[in-house]
Amino acid sequence: MEQFLQQLLNGIAWGGIYALIALGYTMVYGVLRLINFAHGEVYMVGAMTGYYVAHALGLARQSSLAGLLVVLAAAMAVCALLGATIERVAYRPLRSAPRLAPLITAIGVSLLLQNAGQLVFGADPKFFPPLLQAREVLRVGALAVSNIQLTVVATALVLMAALQLVVMRTRFGRAMRAVSVDAPAAALMGVPVDRVITGTFVLGSALAAAAGILVGLSNPKIDPLMGLLPGLKAFVAAVLGGIGSIPGAMVGGLLLGIVETLVAGYLSSTYRDAIAFVILIAILLYRPTGLFGSEPAEKV
Amino acid sequence: MKAPSIGLRRLAALVLAGALAAALACGRGGESTSSGAAAGGGVGPIAVGHFASLTGDTATFGQSTDAGIRLAVEEINAAGGVLGRPIEVISEDDRSVTEEARTAAQKLIQRDEVVALLGEVASSRSMAAAPEAQRAGVPMISPASTNPKVTEVGDYVFRTCFIDPFQGAVMARFAFEDLGARKVAILSDFKQDYSVGLADFFRKKFRELGGTIVADERYTSGDIEFRAQLTTIRAAEPDAVFVPGYYTEVGLIAKQARELGLDVPLLGGDGWDSTKTLEIGGKAVEGYYFSNHYAADSDSPKVQDFVRRFEAKVGSKPDAMAALGYDAAGILADAIRRAGTTDGPALRDAIAATRDYDGVTGRITIDRERNARKDAVVLKIEDGRFRFFRSVPAS
Repeated sequence: MEQFLQQLLNGIAWGGIYALIALGYTMVYGVLRLINFAHGEVYMVGAMTGYYVAHALGLARQSSLAGLLVVLAAAMAVCALLGATIERVAYRPLRSAPRLAPLITAIGVSLLLQNAGQLVFGADPKFFPPLLQAREVLRVGALAVSNIQLTVVATALVLMAALQLVVMRTRFGRAMRAVSVDAPAAALMGVPVDRVITGTFVLGSALAAAAGILVGLSNPKIDPLMGLLPGLKAFVAAVLGGIGSIPGAMVGGLLLGIVETLVAGYLSSTYRDAIAFVILIAILLYRPTGLFGSEPAEKV
Repeated sequence: MKAPSIGLRRLAALVLAGALAAALACGRGGESTSSGAAAGGGVGPIAVGHFASLTGDTATFGQSTDAGIRLAVEEINAAGGVLGRPIEVISEDDRSVTEEARTAAQKLIQRDEVVALLGEVASSRSMAAAPEAQRAGVPMISPASTNPKVTEVGDYVFRTCFIDPFQGAVMARFAFEDLGARKVAILSDFKQDYSVGLADFFRKKFRELGGTIVADERYTSGDIEFRAQLTTIRAAEPDAVFVPGYYTEVGLIAKQARELGLDVPLLGGDGWDSTKTLEIGGKAVEGYYFSNHYAADSDSPKVQDFVRRFEAKVGSKPDAMAALGYDAAGILADAIRRAGTTDGPALRDAIAATRDYDGVTGRITIDRERNARKDAVVLKIEDGRFRFFRSVPAS
């Protein structure tokens, strides 16, 4: 039982990271009906920014919660800017093009960022500075809870709650929801659609950056290709929860993290990556709209 | 009007092709005379290829062997080279990617026409490239690939390190006898032949000694999350955990193991030998042990001399990969000298005939399976350093 609880905790911490990335996929899909395949790379840039900021500010050597928050804020700001730039350069000019065109530029941007990353950061893996020194904070029998896992889960939850507030309680959130339901109609009602879309990218990219920092904190190996697999997995999580649905992405991310951890813990880690895609296929076959997705209303 | 113009174009093409062929023929001719002169003591450098992971997941391995090889070659050239010619090292980066190793070896053999290949550290990558060397009849010496299958590829493939059955047995005996462990868990990297092989030989020997393997978990190179496997291992309550992986993952595994309260010693092989293990693992790897080819803090004057010269040139302490690279280049130069030629078959025979070569990683004899016979050492991580713990003789 304790072992199961431990695996569950491992899975929740891991899934929280997927959930943060999945939110970016789902929000962009919500407003644009576009899968932003460069999103995994934004997450990579977030982790890299954290690495350089921590070293530049001398936060790499001493560990403190304040230092972590500074690094987190810096990475989120840089990635917000990057997300807005990607949208402006690669997607906005293709807004009225057939659906396939922005999908292809998305893959192009993803490859560009991967390779530019190798050029700028070097192909060697880097090791994220220990912004928090690992410490056991709670122990029940064999269940060990570390401050790192706690921080990861707490940060993910706070950010998700903040996002929920923005989407449900602010003017911007209402505009976002309006665009996601019907962009042309929202435009006729005076919603600045372009600005809302940029804002969506800003929000999603900032969350991906936070995921990058959390990964650096708990699994401190980062490299320019690190966004590839988590990006795909988060996409699976978004589809699992029902792409376009914000609570869906959160639940999908957590669920995927938990399933992966249980598979690795009780079956074999060799199936860890395969299982995500088995889930994707199963969802598409039996419930294409995902757990939280609804049938799209027939437009006449 | 049209016909003549085509004719003209064709003529021009023919002339161009002819000129090209002539140029190529000249090039070939020029080369053959220069290599003819070499046999008689020419002055052109002898090209030796080194394919290595200069970047990527195991970059420190490639960079270390490269630095070791370059130091050896610099010293050999300063002493007058071999056969009256200097040696020139051409390095090719395979970015720590198995598939790239083959391409790198091909490039060195075909484009640079090297007389011999040095490389790789990782067994999977050596095995990817070895068939190329074998097919071209170019001798290849792996400085540090310990999987037995590497030299089984063909009779042109050698190594200057001991092999996994020996290394696995060393650590199994160490766990059973020195640590008194009876229940051990294994966490291996199923994507690396090196790690799988080491785990197999460890498992076999440890059972032979009377111990039990209580958990047998796996991960994949490049993974960053190991908590699931470590939680399963923790539940099996082992006395020690054997982690025969490479340093990038080992540091993360150690960290996550401590975080989960798994406070038994982790044991490993030479794949741990990188300062990165200390950098990533920090306090988490303290008190852990691994088998290795040499100890930089050994009191042998030969080793200390090498450490001093390496530090003067490179600015850091040589790890085992640097020492093995140094010895691989030394054995190659020695073989060229004894062969009196750089011809593939003669050079191959000379390498195969290496006996009691006095290297920095010990006395090396190439056996009939083209493996090096020599001693191993066990190192302990203490105060952020690798310390010599004990030496294990070649059986």
